Amino acid sequence: MGKTLAEKIFDSHLRDEPFPGAKVLSLDRVLCHEITTPVAIADLVWREKDRVFDKTKLKVVIDHVTPSKDTKTATQAKILREWARRHDIPDFFDIGRNGVCHAIFPEKGYIRPGFTVIMGDSHTCTHGAFGAFAAGVGTTDLEVGILKGVCAFREPETIRINLNGTMPDGVYAKDVILHVISKLGVNGATDRIVEFRGPVVDKMSMEARMTLCNMAVEAGGTSGVCMPDMVTVDFLWKFIKDEFSTKEAAFADYSEWVSDEDAVYASTLDVDVSNLEPQVTFGFKPDCVKTVKELQGTPVDQVYIGSCTNGRLEDLRQAADVLKGKKIADSVRGIVSPATPKIFQDALEEGIIQIFMESGFCVTNPTCGACLGMSNGVLAEGEVAASTTNRNFNGRMGKGGMVHLMSPESAAATALAGVITDARTL
Amino acid sequence: MQKKFGGSAIFLDRSDINTDEIIPAKYLTEVTKEALQPYILEDLKLDGFDPKGEKLKKATVVVSRENFGCGSSREHAPWVFEVNDVHTVIAESYARIFRQNMFNGGMLAIELPKADIDQLIALQEQGDVGIEVDLEGQSVIAKAGSEVKKFTFEISQFDRALVDSGGWVEFADARY
Ligand code: SF4
Repeated sequence: MGKTLAEKIFDSHLRDEPFPGAKVLSLDRVLCHEITTPVAIADLVWREKDRVFDKTKLKVVIDHVTPSKDTKTATQAKILREWARRHDIPDFFDIGRNGVCHAIFPEKGYIRPGFTVIMGDSHTCTHGAFGAFAAGVGTTDLEVGILKGVCAFREPETIRINLNGTMPDGVYAKDVILHVISKLGVNGATDRIVEFRGPVVDKMSMEARMTLCNMAVEAGGTSGVCMPDMVTVDFLWKFIKDEFSTKEAAFADYSEWVSDEDAVYASTLDVDVSNLEPQVTFGFKPDCVKTVKELQGTPVDQVYIGSCTNGRLEDLRQAADVLKGKKIADSVRGIVSPATPKIFQDALEEGIIQIFMESGFCVTNPTCGACLGMSNGVLAEGEVAASTTNRNFNGRMGKGGMVHLMSPESAAATALAGVITDARTL
Repeated sequence: MQKKFGGSAIFLDRSDINTDEIIPAKYLTEVTKEALQPYILEDLKLDGFDPKGEKLKKATVVVSRENFGCGSSREHAPWVFEVNDVHTVIAESYARIFRQNMFNGGMLAIELPKADIDQLIALQEQGDVGIEVDLEGQSVIAKAGSEVKKFTFEISQFDRALVDSGGWVEFADARY
C-alpha cells in the first residue's frame, strides 16, 4: 500500500509514539513571531529552562505589529528581540528587515520538501506549498518545540483535492481556494491534511501554491500540501545550488516527498476550475462564498491588499495591472502592504509602488497590519472592507467591522469603483 | 498538577465559535494569562449572551456545538478560560489547534455527539445545570432540578496523560 506525502514525513520524523496514535515528531523548523512567542519565553524563564534546542532551526520575526504601536507591543517586541540576542539566533528579523512570517521565511529558502515545521500561528500551513508538513500550533506546543525540538500530532489522514481544467482569465489561486473552502466547509478538513493536486497546481507558481495552502486551515486542515516539482526546485535553486549538481538532481531527490500513486486518502474532491468565476466571501465565515458578480455593487469603506495570503509580488502585480493610470473612489481608503522588504523593493523597481501611490493607495511597510485588526488599518464599527486576507470573522479587522475576502485583482477593481466589482467588468 | 473539572455550566448554543470571539486580537498584547481575565468571550455573537453577565461569571464548564475554537491558533483562548476557572469544555467537535491547546494546558476538551449536546442544552429548562466529570469512568453527569443525565465520552490515552501530568510541557520535559 502506498503512502501519502504526509505519512512519509511522519514516518521519517517519528521520534516517539508514547501511546497508540500519538506521534511525536522531530522538527526541522520552529518559527516564531512576537505575539505568541513571548509567553512561551516567559514560561521557559520561569521554569529555569531558558534554552533552545537548535538555534539554527529557529527562525524569528517581528511582524504582527511593527513598528510597535504602543508600550505593550513594544514590550512584546523587546522580549522577542532580547531572547533572540541572548540565544544568538542567527535568523532574526527586526524592523527594516522584517516581513510577514509566512512570506519572509519561504522567501529566505528556509522551507524545504520533507520538512516538519511548526509555528504559533494558524496559517503555518502555508509552508506546505513546498512539500513540507507545516502546522500551526499554540504557545505550549511552541514552547516545547523551542526547548526540545519535538511536537505531537495525531496520525494524519489526507484529503486529496484534484484541481482540473484550465484557469480562466481573471481567476486566481485565491478564487480557487475560496471555492474549495465553500465545498469543504469550515470544519471539513479538521485533523486532515489538504493535498492540492492536478494540472492546475502543476502550472501554478510557488506564490499561488502558498495562497492555496495558506487557507487550508480555514477548512480546519492541519496543513495544506503541494507536491514538490521543478517549480519548487526553481524557486529554491539559489539556496540549494551547492547541495546538488543540477536542478534535475535536486528534483530527483525531492521526488521522495511525493504521495505514492496508490496512497490511501480519507476522501477526494474533484474541482474543474474552467468555469470558475472570481469568488468573494460574505458573512462571518470563510466558507460563506459567492461569486463577485453576485455581490457586485456592495459598497466598501476600505480596501486592503496584503497579508500572508496575497501580499506577494505576483499579487501586487495583478492589482497594479487593474489600477494602472486610474484613481480609486473618493469613498474608499486603499491600503497596500507588500509582505516583505524584498517584495517592496521588487515592486518599487517594477513601478508597481508608483502605480499604487498614483491611484491613491497608502503604501505601508511590510507587516500583518490590518489583517488581524491589531494595528494600522483597523475598521470602525459598521465599516466594510474588501480584503485579500484570509479571515472574515466578525470583528477580525476591528470590532463591528465586516470583511469580504477576495483576490488582489478583485480588490483593486473594488477600490476603483468603491463597490464590490468583478475586474472583468471594468 | 491536575486541574479542577466540572461545575456550573454555561451553554453557547452555536457552531463555529472562533478564537477571535473567545479573546479578541487586541488583547494579544498581554504577556500574562491573568491580564486576559476580564475579556473572556467579549466579542461573541450570540443572542441573549452577556459577556459581563452573572451566568458566565459563575460558569466553570462551557458547552457548545461544532468546530469550537476555530480560527487563530492563539492559546490565549484556552488561557482566558483557565484564568476564569473554566477548565472543561464540552462540544460536538473542535478545531484541532484549540483542542490540542486545551489538553496541552492540562484541561479538558470533551467531545459528545450532537444528540447528547441537544439533551444537555434541553436540561437548562429544569434550572441551572451542574456537571460532574468522571475521568476514570469517562462520563459526564449533568444535573438540573430533579433531573440527572449521564453521558459517556472517549479520551485518548495521550490526552489523558497530558491531563494527568498537568500539560504538555511537564509531559515532554519528563520524557524528552
Ligand atoms: S498576515 Fe494575517 S493571517 Fe497572515 S500571519 Fe499575519 S495576522 Fe496572521
